[in-house]
Amino acid sequence: MKNTDLIKLPFSKNNPILVQVLGICSCLAVTAQLKPAVVMALSVTVVVVLANVIISLLRNTIPPRIRIIVQLVVVSTLVVLVDQVLKAYMYDVSKQLSVFVGLIITNCIVMGRLEAFAMVQKPWASFLDGLGNGLGYSVILIVLGFVRELFGSGTLWGYPVLEKLGLYNIGYENNGLMIMPPMALILVGIIIWIHRSRNKELCE
Amino acid sequence: MEYVNIFIKSIFIDNMIFAFFLGMCSYLAVSKTVKTSLGLGVAVTFVLLITVPVNYLLDKYILQAGALSWVSPALADVDLSFLSLILFIAVIAAIVQIVEMVIEKYSPALYNALGIFLPLIAVNCAVLGGSLFMQQRGYANIGEVTCFALGSGIGWLLAIVGIAAIREKLRYSAIPPALKGVGITFIITGLMGIAFMSFMGIKI
Repeated sequence: MKNTDLIKLPFSKNNPILVQVLGICSCLAVTAQLKPAVVMALSVTVVVVLANVIISLLRNTIPPRIRIIVQLVVVSTLVVLVDQVLKAYMYDVSKQLSVFVGLIITNCIVMGRLEAFAMVQKPWASFLDGLGNGLGYSVILIVLGFVRELFGSGTLWGYPVLEKLGLYNIGYENNGLMIMPPMALILVGIIIWIHRSRNKELCE
Repeated sequence: MEYVNIFIKSIFIDNMIFAFFLGMCSYLAVSKTVKTSLGLGVAVTFVLLITVPVNYLLDKYILQAGALSWVSPALADVDLSFLSLILFIAVIAAIVQIVEMVIEKYSPALYNALGIFLPLIAVNCAVLGGSLFMQQRGYANIGEVTCFALGSGIGWLLAIVGIAAIREKLRYSAIPPALKGVGITFIITGLMGIAFMSFMGIKI
């Protein structure tokens, strides 16, 4: 595969969330507001990229029978680092994300890329693959966070956009359902619907 | 009475799937038939029931700030809680392995029924999530923790069997091709989540 494809494909044709259906848990739980969604997207991207590179460097020395445990150790070490950095520099966001930072360990995107790609490819290709998949995941998270915060609380990044536009004076109401968990599922369903109508070959 | 409350609460109000979206990947991948989803649900419940109390004991006697004071008073101000992610995932991976070997030895029938699902549970986020929630919510004793673990597992089981039953029926419905499969499953899970939201706010 060409290097540009490694970055490009995960955005649409092989998107981790829309097509591979991996890493759903965190994508739904942290997107009620834009800020935690962006922080989560960055954290996952960092972990995927670093884990991919490290496992790819180690790939010839890992015995196949214990590879899952080796992968888990590498990933959980990286996640502990991310967790500590978030706690030190962005304590409020880290509180909001609660257990979902820790759950990056079991995020299927990370394990999936390690198993499918980093175990058999060179470090540079693995780096690009991790970056592509991390960004493909980030795009969906940011779209969800944007829509849910805008329609659910009328703000963006905490800034009261709709209030400044004066929409409340003419009778606009926030849609409380948008910040509820089930709405995230329905939104992802709709995004998948739109995405597959544009890419007919992905239909089941 | 407290035990019953925690048990009921973790099945319906704090349902792993509908309130926190944990274990979504296997929930979406394995819910094609009722039979396999029942097997996976039982396996997840079983693993939760063992790992969460074990991790509770580890947390209480090794990881928490000052937890090591039972070894010697000199260790009273040691705080190892930053290690909890790595230790929890190691415990889960090890216990899943042991459970698999024990079941294979003593109950080949159950082993065949659970099949490939057992080893996959190590990377199910509902299991790690159970341990992390246990740490966060601060349950008073091991009895409460066990009730919480059992309730979360049964809640997960109910959710996956429910969606599998609906998906079996869905095979005979006319769904737009782009929405078929994953898309419609997301939307139905969202609707089921809205139904489960009616339990929210009930104080028990």
